Amino acid sequence: MKELMIGNKAIARGLYEAGCAVISSYPGTPSTEITEFFSKYDDVYCEWAPNEKVAMEAAFGAALRGKRSACCMKHVGLNVAADPLFTMSYTGVNAGIVICVADDPGMHSSQNEQDSRHYAIAAKVPMLEPSDSQEALNFAKLAYEISEEYDTPVFLKMCTRVAHSQSIAELGERKEVTKEYSKNPQKYIMAPANAIRRHPFVEERTKKLTEYAETSPLNRIEDGDGNRDFGIITSSTSYQYVKETFGDSVSVLKLGMINPLPVKLIQDFAAKVGKVYVIEELDPIIETHCKNIGVEVIGKDKFSILGEFSQKSIEQAFDLADKTVFRLDTDIPVRPPMMCSGCPHRGIFYVLSKNKITVLGDIGCYTLGSAAPLNALDMTLCMGASVSGLHGYNKAGGAETESKTVCVIGDSTFMHSGITGLVNIAYNGSNSTVIILDNSITGMTGHQQNPTTGYNIKGDPAGKVNLEALCHSIGINSVRVVDPYNLEECEKVLKEELAKNEPSVIISRRPCVLLKYVKPKKPLWVNPEKCRGCKKCMKFGCPSISFRDGHAVVDTTLCVGCGVCAQLCPFDAFESEVPCND
Amino acid sequence: MTKNIMIVGVGGQGSLLASKLLGRLLVDEGYDVKVSEVHGMSQRGGSVVTYVRFGDKVYSPVIENGEADFIVSFEKIEAARYVQNLKEDGTIIVNTQQIDPMPVIIGAATYPEDIISEMKDKGIHVDDIDALALANEAGSSKACNIVLMGRLAKYFDMPKEKWLAAIEKIVKPQFVEINKKAFDLGYNC
Repeated sequence: MKELMIGNKAIARGLYEAGCAVISSYPGTPSTEITEFFSKYDDVYCEWAPNEKVAMEAAFGAALRGKRSACCMKHVGLNVAADPLFTMSYTGVNAGIVICVADDPGMHSSQNEQDSRHYAIAAKVPMLEPSDSQEALNFAKLAYEISEEYDTPVFLKMCTRVAHSQSIAELGERKEVTKEYSKNPQKYIMAPANAIRRHPFVEERTKKLTEYAETSPLNRIEDGDGNRDFGIITSSTSYQYVKETFGDSVSVLKLGMINPLPVKLIQDFAAKVGKVYVIEELDPIIETHCKNIGVEVIGKDKFSILGEFSQKSIEQAFDLADKTVFRLDTDIPVRPPMMCSGCPHRGIFYVLSKNKITVLGDIGCYTLGSAAPLNALDMTLCMGASVSGLHGYNKAGGAETESKTVCVIGDSTFMHSGITGLVNIAYNGSNSTVIILDNSITGMTGHQQNPTTGYNIKGDPAGKVNLEALCHSIGINSVRVVDPYNLEECEKVLKEELAKNEPSVIISRRPCVLLKYVKPKKPLWVNPEKCRGCKKCMKFGCPSISFRDGHAVVDTTLCVGCGVCAQLCPFDAFESEVPCND
Repeated sequence: MTKNIMIVGVGGQGSLLASKLLGRLLVDEGYDVKVSEVHGMSQRGGSVVTYVRFGDKVYSPVIENGEADFIVSFEKIEAARYVQNLKEDGTIIVNTQQIDPMPVIIGAATYPEDIISEMKDKGIHVDDIDALALANEAGSSKACNIVLMGRLAKYFDMPKEKWLAAIEKIVKPQFVEINKKAFDLGYNC
């Protein structure tokens, strides 16, 4: 059966067909859908772990026991999981392990543009890189064969354009694979005496995998129609742009295995053509390898190290004719993403902004609190850094900063890596105020359950972390819960907690307005006879409110009736009953 | 020959269903198809774009400047934002709905009300319709996307029945009638 599917769904299918029985992941764009699609199969186990390190270790445990397993993450998630990764390279596997990692060139939804291929090289773990959905499915299956044959975890590396592009893939049948577990301390206990013996194995394995790369069908030469002037070495989505531009008119070495890279195959290819171009997004990984093995190539001198490519990048680099393009004279206002109408985060950000509080932020929808008109954030670094960063900020600033600085972190991000930062605040005693934005879901990545929601990936009831009890047990005495729709309450509690001479946690609790069970209320409207055009409500940055003809106007198709704007209006112009048009 | 369709709009406007409809229809017709969209942060009320490409063999999942045969815009200035992607002889179908972006809401920028006239003055083939009104007529403001697909279908050499059959396959049974009506209103206006 053939199906049009995104690359991430194709990976899920490939993992399933290969007999993968356990997946543990943490959501992160553009990797999330792999795990979501996999969770829809009935005869497998699938979960959201609190973070990528936990996920990778769970996958390791499952493979140790004898079931093929996988974990999926975005590029920055691999930083979190790097600790188990480097030593799993030494232990190798029992049943196969596939690590799916999705890069985000162009940073559509990420805080940096790091290139995951460096990890494959550094950890000495093979990495496959598909260029469309069919390859994603096939490579996922092949990854398990390589994993078990060469005794290694295997990376499956995606990028946004492969992960989120739909193309046609042919589906196959699932096969079951189970390995026996037997105790093997020399292989699985990585104490120095054993690890010393495993390291040579890893080096030998890389040599064998390099030999495999020379002849594997993963890497193939597509002979151009007799054109020997130049050849192109490429991989992943860049391959598609090359083919889009040149069709079958140039010779291409298409690499599906990105670590280890072949030597002889590249040298032979280069010998057959004139100039050799390496076209790869982000860092010059293939280019550097070519240069190391004595093959002269043109790479980053001609193709950017920044952002995503397209056929246009190739056309420009080869000076191909420009297409006719319509240009308008009028400036089109930008449309940045923003917090939704009725977003519970907006209320707390309004209060922080109004009180001129320094706010260390974290990763999630609430990063959008940095946008105008609230401009509420001072810092966003990585998952959990708001809490640990606040501690350092206050240790450096002392009483001067403690009374006017907070951090904000979502429920899922707090579970991911905020807890240890709070432990540090309690243990090393900074007078810090941590705000947990508990909207009862992992929001930005598209509504995944997490340990605070009480439901698992399938939506079934599950264990539920009690945030208040957790904070108390860490040693935070002052834990307050506020409703972010109640501005007065938020401001009062914020001031009280900042004034206290002890660490405190404020839990701003209200479910994400996009959750299905959150029913919108009737939209508000602005009574033009009461509105005096003071624009106080415009400081709130609600997308439902705009200003026309001297008055505020509510877009009733967007408004969910949260009523926070009404708390800002000095003239009670926001009313809940829209008058009948007749 | 590969054909290129872009669907542009504001995050949350329902472009996903429109691209799903196109994908289903074109696969059933036996084409090679690629559909590409970006998930995540930009979906939160930001400007969103979906690329649909079909033909005998499709390589790139994206559509670049001057390459789109059709652009279907769910909102007025989003049409203007992506018109550079239109081919010289391409058609841009525009829903005349206006959704203010944040810079306009806070007064840092003004909404260019006459942008459709400007596009027409530049010789661009603009097909502007009030899809929101037609969707309401069909029974739901959410059916805007299918009204616009109905409009797009007019330009295709493919029987209307095939589009309607694809709608039946992808829409929940209780919404099929509204969406078929919305499609017809777009197709016939």
